[in-house]
Amino acid sequence: MTTLNIRQIRTIINRNKQYEYIFNILGLLSMLVGIVTLLALIFDLFGDGLPRLSWQFITSFPSRKAEEAGILSAWVGTLLVMLVTATVAIPVGIASGIYLEEYARKNWLSDLIEINVTNLAGVPSIIYGLLALGVFVYGLNLGQSVITAGLTLALLVLPVVIVATREALRAIPNSIREAAYAMGATKWQMIWDHILPYSTGTILTGIIVALARAIGETAPLVTIGALTFIAFLPDPPITGQFPYISFAWLLAPFTVLPIQMFDWVSRPQAEFQINAAAAGIVLIALCLTMNAVAVYLRYRLRKKIKW
Amino acid sequence: MNIAKKNRLSPKVVRDLRERVIEFILFLAALSSVATTAAIIGILFYESILFFQKVSLWEFLTDTQWTPLFDNKHYGIWPLVSGTLVTTVVALAVAIPLGTIIAIYLSEFAPPIVREVVKPALELLAGIPTVVYGYFALLFVTPLLQTFLPDLPGFNMLSAGLVIGVMIIPYVSSLSEDAMRAVPTHLREGSYATGATRLQTALRVVLPASTSGVIAAYILGISRAAGETMVVAIAAGGQPNLTLNPMEPAATMTAYIVSVSLGDLPHGTLEYETIFAVGLSLVLMTLVFNIIGYFLTKRYREIY
Repeated sequence: MTTLNIRQIRTIINRNKQYEYIFNILGLLSMLVGIVTLLALIFDLFGDGLPRLSWQFITSFPSRKAEEAGILSAWVGTLLVMLVTATVAIPVGIASGIYLEEYARKNWLSDLIEINVTNLAGVPSIIYGLLALGVFVYGLNLGQSVITAGLTLALLVLPVVIVATREALRAIPNSIREAAYAMGATKWQMIWDHILPYSTGTILTGIIVALARAIGETAPLVTIGALTFIAFLPDPPITGQFPYISFAWLLAPFTVLPIQMFDWVSRPQAEFQINAAAAGIVLIALCLTMNAVAVYLRYRLRKKIKW
Repeated sequence: MNIAKKNRLSPKVVRDLRERVIEFILFLAALSSVATTAAIIGILFYESILFFQKVSLWEFLTDTQWTPLFDNKHYGIWPLVSGTLVTTVVALAVAIPLGTIIAIYLSEFAPPIVREVVKPALELLAGIPTVVYGYFALLFVTPLLQTFLPDLPGFNMLSAGLVIGVMIIPYVSSLSEDAMRAVPTHLREGSYATGATRLQTALRVVLPASTSGVIAAYILGISRAAGETMVVAIAAGGQPNLTLNPMEPAATMTAYIVSVSLGDLPHGTLEYETIFAVGLSLVLMTLVFNIIGYFLTKRYREIY
């Protein structure tokens, strides 16, 4: 009787051990699916596009002939659009993060803003494109220009910057704030001289992630009517004559890397798809580098700071 | 001397004024998010109302064809809805099981070093531009699937859905893992004390205790999959097609918006207004998911 019981218990234990073993394998396999796909994607892209990637490819305008086409207008466009996005999204994002974390009183208005920020993060990016089409392109008559694209992407990544700022501020212990007040600092002096310098690293990480996302966004820019074929560069921002700085580029038509790639991948000819792969390598290198920097920063900050 | 002193504002007043001004500027910045939402809702409704003045809501909801760009115009939203639903379901069939298993594995089984390496590696999946995923779906996954599904057309919802699924794994796994890690250790210890194995603890204690967070992760995954644009625009084909078969080409709501936007649409025409009507439908659809999710998470919220 007892021996039978023990034997039963043993089989149960063995079965449970087997389940654990199976689950371990299942877990490893599931992670492999993600990682193998990532590797397959990168190898596929490099296999197709690397031979095409040359100095000539980076310094040429798009062309009807696939072999002569390049991404000059695309990467210059990406650079200019990112410039606008960063100048708008970083100050506004950090400012609203500071307001929500340090100033906002518990009332319906701050609740409303809170819920809003969370919900905006879940709105499909193409909806931002429709917003920009209605408001910036036709409402404010900014046209299908660099400034429209930059503002669109800025609105899109604003929630990311806000959330990152809030988390950075929340991580700072109250004793720092109290110490600043004890020395007679005003609220803003406390924030500007003490809280912000301590949280710069974490905020920076959030900004990099946000900009990496903005670089790869395609859908909202297609929606505002970004052109896919641009064979000229916008006016340079710095000119030889007085006043040396020109803002004409803000209203210039543009294309960006993801849109250039989308245009090439949508064409039936195989040569253009090779171009698409080459553009994809540049794009992916940009995004992954930025993400890697963010991961590294996060890792270093977490190790270094001890309150 | 005395008079000059009186006329000058005292430092305290200047200081208070400066503080007020700064707070007001910060408040304006915070309001920008509310303004964005208001503008989104406003523009979608405004243009949609113009659309529904010309096309009846009844036709929009009952017609089974969506051909606003052809001579024979039909404005039935269902082909776009079916395309969106099919790709979303395929994507979730990949992302939910894999994401959940990865989350359980990382939070309960994996040694810390594995977690430190795998989590950021998986998050890179979410950092890759979607247009690159589109390329991958069209030129790698579809040919691969065709080797054992010879009838599969070059454009199909299956490969688009599968690729979106892999793409949203990190959204599901990271958030679920955070929720599972937030489950207090004493619940696990209690379970181990009764003789439960790790797997039993994970499935019967940790997973139920973190349900609300896990559902929130699923809802985010659904929103991402339904709103994903470039992969479907590139790999699923552009023809609206009322079908529930993932092996067929079809257009989703987002893909339709892209395809219309590519042909420089004149402002104020009915074609221009269709994309806002479609956009509004998409937002309402994700809103419904979010509301369901909100009530589910509320229903399952555990208080430890």
